[in-house]
Amino acid sequence: MTGRVGLVAAVVAVLALAALPMVAEKFYVQLVTKILIMAIFAMSLDLLIGYTGLVSFGHAAFYGIAGYALALLSPQYEAASVWTSLPLAIGAAALAALVIGLFVLRTSGIYFIMVTLAFAQMAYFVFHDTKLAGGSDGIYIYVRPVAEIFGWKPFDLENFGHLYYVVLALAVGVFVLLRVVLASLFGRVIAGIRVNEHRMRSLGYPTFRYKLAAFVFAGALAGLAGWLSAVQFGVVNPDFLAWHLSGSVMMMVILGGMGTLVGPAIGAAAMMLAELWLQGLTKHWQLLMGGFIVLVALLLPRGLLGLLTTRGGPTDSTRG
Amino acid sequence: MDLGTFFVQLLNSVQYGLLLFLVASGLTLIFGIMGVINIAHGSFYMIGAYLAWSLSGAVGNFWLALVVGVALSVALGLVLEWLLINKLYDRDHLYQVLLTYGLILVFEELRAVIWGNDVHAVPVPALLKASIPLTENLSYPVYRLFISAVCLALAGLMYWVIQKTRLGMMIRAGASNREMVQSLGINIGFVYRVVFAVGVALAAFAGMIAAPVSSVFPGMGGQVLIICFVVVVIGGVGSVKGALVAAILIGLIDTFGKVIEVQIGGFSVLPELSGMSVYLLMAVVLLWRPQGIFGKRL
Repeated sequence: MTGRVGLVAAVVAVLALAALPMVAEKFYVQLVTKILIMAIFAMSLDLLIGYTGLVSFGHAAFYGIAGYALALLSPQYEAASVWTSLPLAIGAAALAALVIGLFVLRTSGIYFIMVTLAFAQMAYFVFHDTKLAGGSDGIYIYVRPVAEIFGWKPFDLENFGHLYYVVLALAVGVFVLLRVVLASLFGRVIAGIRVNEHRMRSLGYPTFRYKLAAFVFAGALAGLAGWLSAVQFGVVNPDFLAWHLSGSVMMMVILGGMGTLVGPAIGAAAMMLAELWLQGLTKHWQLLMGGFIVLVALLLPRGLLGLLTTRGGPTDSTRG
Repeated sequence: MDLGTFFVQLLNSVQYGLLLFLVASGLTLIFGIMGVINIAHGSFYMIGAYLAWSLSGAVGNFWLALVVGVALSVALGLVLEWLLINKLYDRDHLYQVLLTYGLILVFEELRAVIWGNDVHAVPVPALLKASIPLTENLSYPVYRLFISAVCLALAGLMYWVIQKTRLGMMIRAGASNREMVQSLGINIGFVYRVVFAVGVALAAFAGMIAAPVSSVFPGMGGQVLIICFVVVVIGGVGSVKGALVAAILIGLIDTFGKVIEVQIGGFSVLPELSGMSVYLLMAVVLLWRPQGIFGKRL
């Protein structure tokens, strides 16, 4: 999916998505909004799993912390401002990623997987066990943030169509931003770290700092997704940081094809549509979803995108 | 806190720690020997607890239920290894996490289909229903002492098997060089299958004997899994001795974190934040020794 074909496909996809609210009902527009938010979340995790080689199993922590940041910044029954709550929420997620990153990046491999999960669980308990933010019930955000600048309102997040376009623009923006970052020297260095960290270190790169930067950047983008989710649902609860969410977003990345950016977005759509479909089939849809995940892990290591292309994501042999 | 209460809490911490050790030792063995990270390990604990509940109801005898339950969980372990886990040995940890995460969803939902979503209590077996009086108004249930004793006996047995027997020799050799052991004519595939089944059985057995004191509820697998990760990280991946020390340490911190009251500047710190105390311990260990107390590699 590189070069001209990829570009044409991307333009067509964005145009089709932009035209959606004109033809689809509210339910579908909201569904695609949810998918796009998850796509941002999954792309942020792909930066770690697919590009830097860091298998983080606690990515929901940053998503949840940003969601809670919005809830705590919103005065009850009044609106917060987009222009203050969004940067603060992303900042909170990035700060959490910085602090957690300083600990977890001291480890690697299997330790990294377990430690990221454990720290995310610690964040979960902060919100679940204390009265800081509504405990296990969570907090409602009664009024969505307003986007007013000096009396002018460019968009209204209470309107589901406006929210859709804001989310679409941000998803495209995140995609382009990640592409630019990955094509830069920074992107080359983290790819080098994925393949052989010792070699990168002996070439003189401070690999710890690069990994930490990638971890914080991914955390900040996950925070963007968490803020958007909180805006869309109008409520945050400890499920925002639960390890099941970390597991599902990891599944999205691999299902679509890790190390591709497009893959995780496709994976997010495929997972959420599959979930919707399975929920319609049976009350015990988790059973089928679990079986599906097992099959993907066994049979589709390079994801759906790997079926289409022979090149693409890093294969097992290139992973350190 | 007076001395009697302190003593009771101390016994509780050790009992909880030893139980954690039983679950965590399976996790650390499976990783240390086979190189597989098994996220579904907590599910086996949950399955064990539900087996204890339904089997002791069906056969009317807790001890018989234990025997049948262990046999069933060994069988489950053997089938799982044969069907799925052996395909993961050469794969990246990422796929091991993903596959076993899928298994969690399968086991949780099967649990809902077979046993429902209710919380159940398992009666303490009649033989061990007594309590030992400590002071005039404090006593300690015999069953909890029984749990500690069984866990200690199993820890000793595990040490003996791994360090002193021929099978243990094969296991240790298989952990350090799979191909070499195979070329010496040992069926390493079989050894791995046995290790996995034993790991499953240890977790399930822990769930079974814990059932009378902790009740049986849907989310119990996930809870125990994450605490076991902390145990393994603190103790060092692959180290059974480390798992024992870390599990007891966590038992102490978790139990005493819930009963001691600490206030800083008018805010209640403990027991309010006791859920986080074990993770803070992990953070400290990571700063001091990222490979865990008894960990070698990293």
